[in-house]
Amino acid sequence: MFPALRGALTTAVYPLQQLVSSPIRFGHDLADNLASRTELIGENERLKEEQLMLKTKLLKFSAMEQENIRLRGLLETSFKVGEHALIAELMSVTLGNYEHIITVNKGSRFGIEIEQPVMDANGIVGQVLRVTPFSADVILISDPSHAIPVQVNRNGVRTVAIGSGQLDKLILPQVTSNTDIKPGDLLVSSGLGGIFPHGYPVATVTSVSPQDDPSGKATAKPLAQLDRIREVLMVWSNSTPIPRMPGQINANADFVGPPAPPHE
Amino acid sequence: MSKSSTTITVIMGSLAIAMALRIVPWPREWLIANPDWVLLFLIYWNMALPDRFGVASAWSTGILTDALTGRMLGQHALAYTLVAYMCLRLHRQLRLSPLFQQSLMVLLFHLLCQVLVFWTQNIKSGNAAAAQYWLPSLIGALLWPGIFLTLRWLRRTFNIA
Repeated sequence: MFPALRGALTTAVYPLQQLVSSPIRFGHDLADNLASRTELIGENERLKEEQLMLKTKLLKFSAMEQENIRLRGLLETSFKVGEHALIAELMSVTLGNYEHIITVNKGSRFGIEIEQPVMDANGIVGQVLRVTPFSADVILISDPSHAIPVQVNRNGVRTVAIGSGQLDKLILPQVTSNTDIKPGDLLVSSGLGGIFPHGYPVATVTSVSPQDDPSGKATAKPLAQLDRIREVLMVWSNSTPIPRMPGQINANADFVGPPAPPHE
Repeated sequence: MSKSSTTITVIMGSLAIAMALRIVPWPREWLIANPDWVLLFLIYWNMALPDRFGVASAWSTGILTDALTGRMLGQHALAYTLVAYMCLRLHRQLRLSPLFQQSLMVLLFHLLCQVLVFWTQNIKSGNAAAAQYWLPSLIGALLWPGIFLTLRWLRRTFNIA
């Protein structure tokens, strides 16, 4: 409703949000600055090791990606790879007590759009709900009004994960008693719906209700650390849902990413 | 600075502080009890300066609060407008009553505001509110004497009448 009016009003209150957020951020930065030398050396060591491991994994991954594209080319399915991401910082403000919405410091100036997926290093965080030139509101996957299409990584069973209102819990209401799903299963985004790209980790299944309960429900725990994220990745995914008519493939072929964000 | 511009600056400044208090990221346990500071400050200005700060000002403040807290535009505007109207009707009695009676009235106003926001929020889904949803009203009423005395001191310091 009235997006232009809302945009103007939100921009008007943006300085206030900055005002509240900046002392808290300053405190965090100060704590970072005062970290001791030994701590920093230790952290550096750890990060180097982690980077080495990740690089090794990535080598294998890029070979597999090429293979995947080639195989899909043989099948003539539309498949677009390549995502483009931008790091945004959380602003330390709370909007509602009962909604899981966070504000980040990158807005439409950086090409952020509504419904854009947002991630952290561990998994999907949520999607963009509102944008202003300077900031964007992100609805978390744990918000009760949010649902994300997922599939079980082990066997490809598709379902939907709905937010529960608790930061560490998602509900899978469409799981029936004969669905092959068990605690510990990794749920990845299925790419249906066209908002979230396919194959990103979302949550791990924590409990499945017993066999004799016909309206079997399962719960899952989000992998993204929703309660302690300070930085998120705003992702532009170039994947579009696979069109049914072959002619439509070319219609989407000229999809390009957002304009390259300006340097800060 | 002329007298009326001082008045406007002080009122706007105090409302800006109230809005900031509204969005400060308190720990989660405190957050559910965080009262609607904007409404409390609004009640004071309505009561103290009914001819300067009326229903229209309350509506504008409400629209800004909606944008600030990411609600549907008009939710707080509606609630604040109604509360402001009631304050204007009752401002003579309110001014004369002792602080604890004022606190009781503030409790009622705050509850009314919460009910309106809750209805407009859940008009589609019909959620039920947990008991702790009403905690901000109680805290707001308990904080009222402090807010009243602070704002009265502010008003007298800047000689606004």
